[in-house]
Amino acid sequence: MSNYTRAEVCAAAIADAFKDDGEIFASPMGMLPMLGVRLAKLTSNPDLVISDGESLFLAGVPPLFAKGDVVEGWIPFRRVFDVVAYGKRHVMMGATQVDRHGNQNISAIGDFAQPKRQLLGSRGAPGNTVNNRTSYWVPKHSTRVFVEQVDIVSGVGPKRAKEAGVAASKYNDIHRIVSNLGVFDVRGTDDTVRLLSVHPGVSVDEVVENTGFALELPSDVATTREPTESELMIIRNVLDPKTLRDREVPNA
Amino acid sequence: MKPRDKQMTIDEVVAQLSDGMTIGIGGWGPRRKPMALVRAILRSDLKDLTIVSWGGADVGLLARAGKIRKLVYAFVSLDSIPLEPNFQRARQSGTIPEVVELDEGMFQTGLYAAAQRLPFLPMRAGLGSDVLVNNPWIKTIASPYADSDGAFEELTAVPALNLDVALVHLNRADVHGNATYLGPDPYFDDLFVQAASKAFVSVEQIVDTAGLTVDTPVQRLLVSRMMVDGVVETPNGAHFTTCTPDYERDERFQKAYAAAASGSEDWDAFESRFLSGDEASYQAAVAAFGQEQ
Repeated sequence: MSNYTRAEVCAAAIADAFKDDGEIFASPMGMLPMLGVRLAKLTSNPDLVISDGESLFLAGVPPLFAKGDVVEGWIPFRRVFDVVAYGKRHVMMGATQVDRHGNQNISAIGDFAQPKRQLLGSRGAPGNTVNNRTSYWVPKHSTRVFVEQVDIVSGVGPKRAKEAGVAASKYNDIHRIVSNLGVFDVRGTDDTVRLLSVHPGVSVDEVVENTGFALELPSDVATTREPTESELMIIRNVLDPKTLRDREVPNA
Repeated sequence: MKPRDKQMTIDEVVAQLSDGMTIGIGGWGPRRKPMALVRAILRSDLKDLTIVSWGGADVGLLARAGKIRKLVYAFVSLDSIPLEPNFQRARQSGTIPEVVELDEGMFQTGLYAAAQRLPFLPMRAGLGSDVLVNNPWIKTIASPYADSDGAFEELTAVPALNLDVALVHLNRADVHGNATYLGPDPYFDDLFVQAASKAFVSVEQIVDTAGLTVDTPVQRLLVSRMMVDGVVETPNGAHFTTCTPDYERDERFQKAYAAAASGSEDWDAFESRFLSGDEASYQAAVAAFGQEQ
């Protein structure tokens, strides 16, 4: 077994999703996305703008859930909405369901009128996906999450955005889906989800078995890169010394 | 001559409400919610309300009490407990007759439209999503102006969220209704009060007008008295949500609430201990709860 964990592979893969973004507001929802974004800021993309998840832009890069750092701006919710419309933002959201066309659901499971399971509500997903770059993080890849068709479309995939017209599609940019098994985009045939890489130690068959739709597979599937020594040092000693990451992604 | 004094009691605010009204509740999720006023609605006979809220336990409690005929929301969450159990229960058992789930940015745009006395404002949010499928009454509108490619974009015409009444909770106010927020985020309380025909502000403390800015930047004066019909002093009135810097969320109490709401503890016992009396007995019960660690 290698000297890194699956969670650390995921953190590096999430960091890579933000490395080419330039000077934009990186909005991670959840712990692994926060770890990945902060890793990117300390390695591949120091220009990223990050927040405390509450109302402050942070000039430094504090550990997960740490308080107190140099502040470089104010970003209350009303200004988050302004930045969404302005477009210089990349959000990585969770997804209770994501389908073959990259639509995401965080609203409810079952029939909307009387759901089997009520979730959060659509939150900002409809607005995010037609305004700024959006990625998804799935800590437990399964056929319950990766479904043929989501029950409720909160986040809009590229095919539906095109069908809704140019106002919906011109800024629609579903960038990456990172799961505990691999990395995907939505640039397959007919705007479908496509496998980009499997994490070290994961087989393509394992990904296919845990995906509830026909996943587009490249002829030659890449392996997600291993985290570097300096990334591992940053993750372990700086950003997440309490190893919170293993709670979200247990080591395989 | 001074402007008029708008101090009221909690019960006097509730006496201004009537069945079937559309009530906007300020704050955000489990943050700076006018919970003392929400608790007063729970005690009242009011029914068939339309509630407009970025929701937290305000929505959960009103849903549990069967007060809501129609709910307009973008999410309902307790943050540290992501899914609000009373809201989940109500949705899954179909006890809220009508629901309007919006994108959370659409919600702001709808309040802006109402505050500006416009029928709608355009935005992209909603396009392509099930927000427009589940709310077929929300229309799109073509831009009269061509974009750089010559296309006339078809945008969501976000309808105005007109409110009969807004209820908000801030940190300080004077007796006339000028009010400051002292925490990290104004949320949208200024929009709620401007979107409403009548607005009632509860605060941690009423101070004199000069006191509002004696040690506080003027930019924190979020709400002007011209937008306000009544002011109520309700110390700890946002409990158990945050009211930074006066107090943070009461996480232990929230856990007890969620355990009762989800059925892992007894709801009736929770209700009779905390919600069966007036605000003073609520605060006394909370203080007693805080002592038992």
